[in-house]
Amino acid sequence: MAVKTITTETFASEVLQSNIPVLVDFYADWCGPCKMLRPTLEELSVEKSGVKFAAINIDDNPEMADEYGISSIPCVILFKNGKEADRSIGLRPKEAFDEMLG
Amino acid sequence: MTDIIIIGAGPAGMTAAIYARRASKSVLVLEAMSYGGQIINTPDIENYPVAAHISGFEFAQNVYNQAKALGAEFKFEKAVEIRDSGDTKTVVTPKNEYEAKAVIIATGSENRKLGVADEDKLVGRGVSYCATCDGAFFRKKAVAVVGGGNTALEDALYLADIAEKVYLIHRRDRFRGEDATVEKLKQRENVEFVYNSVVTKLNADKKLESVEVTDKQGNVRTLEVSGLFVAVGRIPENQNFASVIELDGAGYAVAAENCRTKTPGVFVAGDNRVKDVRQLVTATADGAVAATEAVKYINS
Ligand SMILES: Cc1cc2nc3c(=O)[nH]c(=O)nc-3n(C[C@H](O)[C@H](O)[C@H](O)COP(=O)(O)OP(=O)(O)OC[C@H]3O[C@@H](n4cnc5c(N)ncnc54)[C@H](O)[C@@H]3O)c2cc1C
Repeated sequence: MAVKTITTETFASEVLQSNIPVLVDFYADWCGPCKMLRPTLEELSVEKSGVKFAAINIDDNPEMADEYGISSIPCVILFKNGKEADRSIGLRPKEAFDEMLG
Repeated sequence: MTDIIIIGAGPAGMTAAIYARRASKSVLVLEAMSYGGQIINTPDIENYPVAAHISGFEFAQNVYNQAKALGAEFKFEKAVEIRDSGDTKTVVTPKNEYEAKAVIIATGSENRKLGVADEDKLVGRGVSYCATCDGAFFRKKAVAVVGGGNTALEDALYLADIAEKVYLIHRRDRFRGEDATVEKLKQRENVEFVYNSVVTKLNADKKLESVEVTDKQGNVRTLEVSGLFVAVGRIPENQNFASVIELDGAGYAVAAENCRTKTPGVFVAGDNRVKDVRQLVTATADGAVAATEAVKYINS
């Protein structure tokens, strides 16, 4: 799998109604640390099965950033059964996400 | 055994890698996080010669590609210790031990925390150390900046254009930063100076809702803000290496322009070294000098 780009419109179907956990990367194009983080998430999306990887641009979809109270990016939220299960803020090494995904 | 191990893939470390590879030495760069260092946080660099404008991300990418193309090896592991056995230095990471003839410590610095309860928990939920990174999330909201240096002043000015209200909290009644910036801030109607005060409490439910400040007389005031920008300086990342390098009172590695430390074969480069100007151009300059010195040390 790869990291799939989602939007406010597809958030419910892709994330909240997903029957497997979804790791969502909230990012923006002007955010350097977000760009540094993406290859790590791409790698993990290939290595991990049973988890969906998604990314949402917070400038194009500010409603979702508001909804989840995001005030710093990159912000990666793990959703399980439509609910936030864990959250990671800032650029972090791959192991941190490995741990988050269990 | 590697010729030169470089700890930290920021601008200083990656420049050192370029110089060491061009001198035909084998190079291993150990990086705790991702290459680039602090500079990836800014979208705009406008004071590095040759590039009139470049983003921090592009800057990092370019230097990384250059070092990589020259044959530097990168491993993403944090160095936790250096052991000196004369001609051989051992760099320890949580998973491995690596041996080298010379080591360059280019670990830069990290943001200094305020040290109030729940500060870590609220990072990304209102607490931030980078106004240019996170300011956009506080459009038309009230925010506070803490600090008295140029970074705090510039952050306050930047935020004054975005936020509805900016409190500038400083523990003294005079700023260390430039007077010109202070004057600019005084012209702004939405900036309020909160002098002689320190942040004593963060009030939050899920997100920051207000901060409590206490002044020198002990008066407590609550500021309703959804953002708190902490700009109280940076701390050098040298603690792990205190057995082989000398640190000054603030934790910076003591070394002259030649980047040599008290341990022969161990060099320091970049923002973690004692110096007056901490910028890209001085960090890359250190990288060049430290690598050249390391090569000289190995060849002698
Ligand atoms: C928001 C912002 C904007 C800036 N804008 C500019 C600008 O416009 N122009 C300018 O000239 N300068 C600017 N600077 C300053 C510039 O970024 C620094 O001076 C420069 O990055 C210092 O480089 P360095 O390599 O010494 O350290 P750093 O950039 O701090 O890099 C150190 C690296 O070492 C790694 N590291 C730390 N400890 C370990 C360990 N134990 N093991 C392995 N790796 C480790 C870190 O993860 C990091 O990648 C800015 C800084 C910030 C924060």
